[in-house]
Amino acid sequence: MSDITANTAVPHQAGAERRQPPVATTGIVAWARMNLFSSWINTAVTLALGYLVVRWTIGFVDWAFLNAIWSVPVVNGQAQTQACREIKGVGACWAVVTEKHRFILFGTYPYEEHWRPLLVCVLFVALYIVSALRRFWNWRLIPIWVGTLTAIGILMWGGVFGLTYVPQERWGGLPITLILSTFGLAFAFPLAVLVALGRRSKLPAIKTLCVLYVELIRGVPLISLLFMASVMFPLFLPEGMNIDKLLRAQVAITLFAGAYLAEVVRAGLQTLPRGQYEAADALGLSYWQKTGFIILPQALRLVIPPLVNTFIGFFKDTSLVLIIGIFDLLTAGKTAIVEPAWQGFGIEVYITIGLIYLVFCFAMSKYSQDLERELNRHRRR
Amino acid sequence: MKALRLSVTRALGGVALAASLAAPLAAQQAPAAGTATTLDAIRARGSLICGVNTGLAGFAQPDSQGVWRGFDVDYCRAVAAALWNDASRVRYVPTTAQNRFTALQSGEVDMLSRNTTWTLSRDTSLGFDFTGINFYDGQGFMVKASAGVRTARDLNGATICVQPGTTTEQNLTDWARANRIQFTPVVIEQLNDVVQAYVSGRCDAYTTDVSGLASTRSAQARPQEHVILPDVISKEPLGPLVRHGDQRFADLLRWIHYGLIGAEELGITAANVAQAAASDQRPEVQRMLGRTGDLGRMLTVDNAWLLNVIRTVGNYGEVFERNLVPIGLQRGPNALWTNGGLQYSPPFR
Repeated sequence: MSDITANTAVPHQAGAERRQPPVATTGIVAWARMNLFSSWINTAVTLALGYLVVRWTIGFVDWAFLNAIWSVPVVNGQAQTQACREIKGVGACWAVVTEKHRFILFGTYPYEEHWRPLLVCVLFVALYIVSALRRFWNWRLIPIWVGTLTAIGILMWGGVFGLTYVPQERWGGLPITLILSTFGLAFAFPLAVLVALGRRSKLPAIKTLCVLYVELIRGVPLISLLFMASVMFPLFLPEGMNIDKLLRAQVAITLFAGAYLAEVVRAGLQTLPRGQYEAADALGLSYWQKTGFIILPQALRLVIPPLVNTFIGFFKDTSLVLIIGIFDLLTAGKTAIVEPAWQGFGIEVYITIGLIYLVFCFAMSKYSQDLERELNRHRRR
Repeated sequence: MKALRLSVTRALGGVALAASLAAPLAAQQAPAAGTATTLDAIRARGSLICGVNTGLAGFAQPDSQGVWRGFDVDYCRAVAAALWNDASRVRYVPTTAQNRFTALQSGEVDMLSRNTTWTLSRDTSLGFDFTGINFYDGQGFMVKASAGVRTARDLNGATICVQPGTTTEQNLTDWARANRIQFTPVVIEQLNDVVQAYVSGRCDAYTTDVSGLASTRSAQARPQEHVILPDVISKEPLGPLVRHGDQRFADLLRWIHYGLIGAEELGITAANVAQAAASDQRPEVQRMLGRTGDLGRMLTVDNAWLLNVIRTVGNYGEVFERNLVPIGLQRGPNALWTNGGLQYSPPFR
C-alpha cells in the first residue's frame, strides 16, 4: 500500500470524499477561465464589457437592419421621406443610399452613360488584381497598364468609337478617387525612387535639388498644395490658357506623394548593410546595375509596411480634393444629402462610403502582408 | 510637433499672402484681355461654362441622376436659352467658396451664378461686374417656437450657435454691440454639427443667412417647432457676376434677369408665353417677346430671346416657386415691387 499516492481515490474507504476531476487546461471553457475570469476583477471587467458589446450589437442590428427603411416612394421626382423622419434615431434610412447610390458612385456623369464609369471601376480593380499576381511580374505588365489606362481614358472622355464626349467637370464619384490615387501613386513611386537615390547621391547639385524638393513639399500641407494648384497656378498662366482642374490636382497629389514615398524608400536604402554596396562595386557593376540588381530589390522589400501605409494614407487623402470642387467619392456623398428631402441622413451615407473605402484599404493591407511574408521568406529562420 | 505646426501655419499664411497679391494683378489684366470678348468665345465654343455652388439646397445641387437643379442653375440655363434656345448647352463647374473667384478671373468659367454677395471690393478690386440682384438675402435668427421669443431683441442673454470664420460671426458681434445685447456664442465649424447643437438645445438660437435657416428648418422632423425671427441683421444681395470688360455679356445677363421679372409683372408664364407672343396685344409684351422692335438684336441675340428664356425656365416667380419655396423660403423682399418687394425691372423699350 505504500506506493499508492495521496491522490488516488479509494472509493470504498469510509469517510473519503468524492474528488473532482482535475481542472481542464485546454478547450474554450479553460481558455475563458484563464483569460477572462481568472480573478474577481477580471470577471467584473469581462461581464461589464460583454454587456456593453451585446447591447451595442443588439442596438446596431435593430437600427441597421430590423427597424431600417430600405426605400421610400418617389412622387413627381420628390422623395417622400416622412417615414424616414419618423424613425430617426430608431432605425436607419437606407433609402437615401437606394435613391442616391448612382450619384454617390458616379457623381454628375450623364445618367444614361453610367455603364462607362462602372466599367472603368471594374477595369481598375482588374488592373489591381493582375498587377498583384506574381505571374504577371515581367515586361507584360507595362503594356497591360498602358492599355488599361488608355481604355479608361477613352471610356471616361469618349468622343471616339461612337461614345459621346463627356467633359472632365462632369466626372465624379468612385472613378475620380481611383483615378487620383492610381495615377498619383503610379507616377509618384518611380519619382520617389529617383529622389531617394538622388538624396544619397554624391553629386551636390542633384542632392540639393532632391533635398529641396522633399523638404519643401513635406513642409506644406496637402491642402495648401491643392490650393496652389487650383487657385494660384491659373493666375500665372496666360489668359485663355486653362489646364484641366483634375490634372492640376493630380499633379499636386503626385508631387506630394512622391516626397513622402521618397523618404520611405530612403529609409530602405539606409538599412542595407554597407557590405552589399561594396560587394556590388567589387563585382564591377555600374551604378545603375548595382542599384537595379542589388540595392533596390533588397531595400524595397524591407520597406513594404511603411510603403503600404503611405499608399493607404494617400488613397484616403484624395478626398481632400473636395475643397477645390472636384466630386470624388466623399464629396459626392456629401452632396447627395444636400437635397432638403434627404438632409439629416448623413450617417447612412457615411457608413456606405466608409465601407467602400474599407474594402479598398483592407485589400491593400491584406495583400501587403502576404507580399511581405512571401518576399522576406529567406529572412525567417 | 510645435515646430511642424508653426511651419504649416506659415506655409498657409504664405499661400494666402501670395494669393492676395496675385488677385489684384489678375484684376488688372482682365480688362485688357477682355477685348476678345467672352461672349464671342462662348458662341465659338457653342456652350456656356457656368460656375455654380458645389451643393446648396435650392440654389444649385445635382439631383439623384446627377442633373444640376436650382435657382442659380436656372439662371445659367436661361443664358443658354437666350443664346441658342437650348438650355442643355451649359457646362456646370462646381466651385467652392475659396476657388470661385480665381475660377472666374482665370477664365475657367464664363460667369459665376453662385450665391455670391455683391460687395464694393468684389465689384472693384477683384475685377468683377455684378449683373443684378436676383436674391435679397440677409442674416437672421431661428429659435424654438416654445421659447416664446418674438424679435431678435428678446435674445439678450441668449446662447447663440454660429459658424466661425464667416461674415456671419462678424455680423452677429457687430449687431450685438450696436444693440447692447449680451450673448454667449457657441462656435462650431461644421454645418451639420452646428445645426445638431441648436436642435439638441445647446443654444437658444441659431444664426446664418435666412435662406440657410429656411432650408435647415424645412429639413427638421417637425418644422413648425422652429421659428425664423422677422429681424434681418445684415444685407446679403446675391447675383450673377462676370469679369470686368465683359460689358456685352453683362448686359445680356442683366436683361435676362429683368426679363424674368418683367414677365412676372405682365403675367407671362412658361405655359402661356407662346400664346402671349401670338396674341397679346400689349405693346411691351410685343416688344419683349420679339414680335415688334429689335430689342434682341441690340443685345446681340435673336429677337425671340426672352420668348425662349421664359419657355425654358418660366418667369422669376416660377423660378422662385420651383426652387426656393420647397426649401421653405417665402418671397419676402424678393416679391415684385408691386407687391411690396424689391424686385423691379426697368422698361423694355
